[in-house]
Amino acid sequence: MAFTIPKENYNGKVYEVELGVGDRAIKIGGESTLPFLSFEGEMPNRPSIAIEIQDLPPNDWPDTVKKVYEKVSSNPVAWAKFCQDELKADAVALRLISTHPDQKDTKPEDAAKLVSEVLNVISIPVIILGSEHIEKDIAVLKTVAETAKGKNCIIGKAQEENHKTIAAVAMANEHKLIAMSQLDVNLAKQLNILLTQMGFVKERILTDPMSSALGYGLEYTYSVMERIRLAALQQNDGAMQPPLVCDIGKNVWKTKETIAAEAELPEWGSLEERGIIWEAMTAAGMIMAGANLLVMRHPKAIELTKKLIEELR
Amino acid sequence: MIVIGERISIIAKKVRDAMMSRDKKPLQELALVQMKTGANYLDLSIGPAEEGGEELMDWGVKTLQEVANLPLCIDTTNPKAMEAGLKAHNNKWGRPIINSASGEEERLNNMMPLAAKYNAQIIGLTLTKQGIPPLAEERCAIAAEIMAKAAELGVPMEDIYLDPLILPVAFSQDKCIESIRAIRLFKELNDPPMKTVVGLSNISNGAPKELRGLINRTFLTLLMYEGLTSAIIDPTDKEMMATVKTTDILLQNTMYAHSYLEM
Repeated sequence: MAFTIPKENYNGKVYEVELGVGDRAIKIGGESTLPFLSFEGEMPNRPSIAIEIQDLPPNDWPDTVKKVYEKVSSNPVAWAKFCQDELKADAVALRLISTHPDQKDTKPEDAAKLVSEVLNVISIPVIILGSEHIEKDIAVLKTVAETAKGKNCIIGKAQEENHKTIAAVAMANEHKLIAMSQLDVNLAKQLNILLTQMGFVKERILTDPMSSALGYGLEYTYSVMERIRLAALQQNDGAMQPPLVCDIGKNVWKTKETIAAEAELPEWGSLEERGIIWEAMTAAGMIMAGANLLVMRHPKAIELTKKLIEELR
Repeated sequence: MIVIGERISIIAKKVRDAMMSRDKKPLQELALVQMKTGANYLDLSIGPAEEGGEELMDWGVKTLQEVANLPLCIDTTNPKAMEAGLKAHNNKWGRPIINSASGEEERLNNMMPLAAKYNAQIIGLTLTKQGIPPLAEERCAIAAEIMAKAAELGVPMEDIYLDPLILPVAFSQDKCIESIRAIRLFKELNDPPMKTVVGLSNISNGAPKELRGLINRTFLTLLMYEGLTSAIIDPTDKEMMATVKTTDILLQNTMYAHSYLEM
């Protein structure tokens, strides 16, 4: 008797979400199967990768990744253009880290001015991230969302404590929204229900399960994402069907493996290579768990991840 | 659990009047309110409809799907009207359910070929001309005959919903447990398990009005525990839907969130 591969049948489907405008707009999500199981369902869009930039020189990034951007990173506008033109990025994630009260406490209007300049020089989709300071993000994201109206950006991140205002401005200015909860599948669902209850269209939400780096809790994120995907596909749970975003660069480039000097730990090998592989391996885990959009830092790690995504066809 | 909205039935006077005068509005309102409150399918019952059944079903199907993005559970004993409904059905939102075939030879021979011809799902009532057999095992024997007919015609087992039939607790108290057992036994007739359906409200027929909701909800919980796939119920009944959602949470059919009732 011939062997037949056992197949799962899924009832649900991840929402397909379009980001950006014009020729360079991208689509993510839309799959009706677990990641890359193309024999069980459709996966119309491959995972996309956004390159992370920020509105302050990245002084706290390790040298190995900082040096890639040393010519442009003092100017976020040039940095964004470099990502688009030289690195051929799918998208850019602009983190407005300077708005954090512990950083420069940049005013919302100044952040908005920068956003406007960035949007003027690049045509790829832009993810606009606050500093993850609950109160300050309300003011900052409100102003930048208005400035970016019509560009179909992703605004984030809305958390349980500030979701109402942030969702309202994302809605009014026709952006997509990242909803983040603290590594808890039930809270992720709850936040999505709260958003839809206030009238936010669920097809415009992206879920950030809260990422972590390889060796530092990746398995928790993996497990939360896996359960979200199973609920979306097997249980056809509408609140669990938004695409998944993983913001991994900021976690990876804080780990000992990406920082510890070669002189200290010669047995760990080349520091640069170690960092790149650490970010690429973290990304690999996330796309296996169902990530639709990754936010990453090192171009070589991105290249490795793209190659993997291509080979998983 | 899959909810089949029961409100559009010719037994209700408002529905009957609307059907007779071909007044779309009341039917479309019922379709929308049931969709909004959580129906996955809409039952469209026109009864035996011996005269003009085809035209009525064609009109009914189109009327409902004009406003509701849902598949229908097409409910009639008239095979010609059933075929007209299947022809008119828009499969964009899912495949229709034929309601229904049974162990009665004529009905099985009329309805099952339509499921094959139109790639439709079908409800199989486990009764014969002699009525509903008392024991769950006897209903399984009828289920087996329905399944054999389906296999002969190439209708996949996963497209069949077996209905154990429910008798009122007020008149046949000892039969309630048999319907519950039948759900359990039906599932064992195939791997993957057979799907099941009930027309729930018959359980409380003849009981005082103030008890009917409670009896319906409690009985549904017991059936869901045995793995009931779907039920023909009123999704606009808030307490009923709260029971369905809570039972689905407790059985881990859906994921918990504090606002799960609002889903």
